[in-house]
Amino acid sequence: MSMLAEVTVSRPLRELLAFARHVPVRVAASLIIICFFALAAVMPKVLQTHDPFAIDLRSSLQSPSIAHLLGTDQLGRDLYSRLLEGAGQSLAIGLGATALSMSIALILGVAAALSGGVFDSILSRIVDVLFAIPTLLLALVFVTVFGPSVLTEVIAVGIGTAPGYARMIRGQMLSIKGTGYVEAAKALGHPFPRIVWRHILPNAMNPLTAMTTIGVGQAIIWASALAFLGLGVAPPAPEWGALLNAGRNYVIYAWWLEIIPGLAVTAFALSVTIVGRHIQARLEGKS
Amino acid sequence: MTLISTRRNDTVKVVSHNPLVWFARRILSGVAVVWAAATFTFLVQCLMPGDRAQIVINVRSGDVGPAPAAELATINAKYGFDQPLAVQYGKYILRILHGDLGESYQQHRPVAAIIAEQIGPTIVLAIAALLMAWVIAILTTLLIAGRDNIWSKLLSGAQIFLATAPPYWLATILLVVFAVNLRIFPVVGESSPMGLVLPTLALALELSGFFGQVVLNEFTRVLEQPFVTSARTRGMSDFGVRLHHVLRHAALPGVTLSGWALGKLLSGAILIEIVFARQGLGGVLVAATSSRDVPIVSGAVLISAGLFVTVSLIVDLSYRMLDPRIRLT
Repeated sequence: MSMLAEVTVSRPLRELLAFARHVPVRVAASLIIICFFALAAVMPKVLQTHDPFAIDLRSSLQSPSIAHLLGTDQLGRDLYSRLLEGAGQSLAIGLGATALSMSIALILGVAAALSGGVFDSILSRIVDVLFAIPTLLLALVFVTVFGPSVLTEVIAVGIGTAPGYARMIRGQMLSIKGTGYVEAAKALGHPFPRIVWRHILPNAMNPLTAMTTIGVGQAIIWASALAFLGLGVAPPAPEWGALLNAGRNYVIYAWWLEIIPGLAVTAFALSVTIVGRHIQARLEGKS
Repeated sequence: MTLISTRRNDTVKVVSHNPLVWFARRILSGVAVVWAAATFTFLVQCLMPGDRAQIVINVRSGDVGPAPAAELATINAKYGFDQPLAVQYGKYILRILHGDLGESYQQHRPVAAIIAEQIGPTIVLAIAALLMAWVIAILTTLLIAGRDNIWSKLLSGAQIFLATAPPYWLATILLVVFAVNLRIFPVVGESSPMGLVLPTLALALELSGFFGQVVLNEFTRVLEQPFVTSARTRGMSDFGVRLHHVLRHAALPGVTLSGWALGKLLSGAILIEIVFARQGLGGVLVAATSSRDVPIVSGAVLISAGLFVTVSLIVDLSYRMLDPRIRLT
């Protein structure tokens, strides 16, 4: 009895260790970056060196140094601490937009692939039309109509990135629909909703995790692009896009105010992309 | 019965293989896409929160206060906001068919004229960037495909980085390094050929990472084909094989990719024009978005949908020419 318990407890641990040994360095580094930003998002106070809102005009526009790791802005506020303060809002916008675009894409993609026929071609045409409009332009339409706000940013990025995912999901669903085990389930007389729920959806989910992971990075990049253009909002927290937009005016005198928030966006997006690709490669290797 | 139905299917196939029929169908579906895009911009405008006449007045005057009823009525009559939606929609589509994209709320000029004035520099930037991206992508692919050394690892890592990093950020780095610190290129707003170098490079770097990854896969696949080994045994040099045989076979997906890159190019060009304060569609669109000048933004959507349709038609046509085995339906 005790041996059985020991086996069940230690097995996940052993699997975790075995997994950790096979993780390439770049994936490990990416995971560390993601964890760092996630920690900053949840409790920025732990990692901050200064008060992100404390104005100190005597030390304005200082380049990165020991006292101010990433330099200061025009009001002498510490850029490193502000960057961490803004992480929460930036990641929330990215996650929200990804959740929205994945939901739209899932509904459109699954409905199109499963219905087939006329309904499929109508839905695919709708996706085609949205696809014909560049992501940023589609986002601009929503900002124009609804005015700039955090919610608009999420909606604009969410809808702007949805068509690409919808296409991928439709293709994924169609390829699963034609596999042997779905045919077998049909031959066994299982009702169609059950086949969808038990066979098609779970098998489409795996590639979707990789896609979603990469998608969060892309969503943060698009949201930051909107903010960079001055079409985001100026929230109380120094969100990364807001930092980018503010830094634009100082790029000639104080490069760090623009390059470093961009580096944070890039580092996060790159990390989730690398992790997402790793998941994808592992899934493909297994199947 | 079966015989007749097969025959009928055959005639259908012959008809759809006729290039003229194929072309006509493509044109029709292209028109349908643009029409749907117009419907989309119309629907989104109807969703606009608040009174549209009030918004138009606010956009014009820059005030936020409520306008007098008489003024609202004039605006309503001018833009037809007081008519039923179906009538408004019909008039909107009719105007577009006549090439009229409406009038800017703020500039009081036709949208088509405003966009026509500004689209030139944007298209020059986009085409220059597309060409430069291909040059970078092909050079790196020729060097690294099928090789497993430190350079190939570094370069393919660089491709992932470039494909992920936001274009406006790369552009800012180029601006700070080459224009502000090294003073090699003019800083901003220059429309000379020298002023085109940095924006083009910024836009091309992102695309080249994206192209490079796809072409690399295709290239590696072709490298394993028997005709590559055969060319090598005939005494052709390794680089020669790569240049003459492999590259040609990797060209087909390249054409498709160029078509797909249109959206990325336009989005990127808007951002990069803002970074370098270049003249072009970017500045106009951003100004229109922040002042809520709806006709300009929806006009740009229609134009880009039209561009997309034209480019995908060109892509399909060149596919037929490059590979005669392909019969598109």
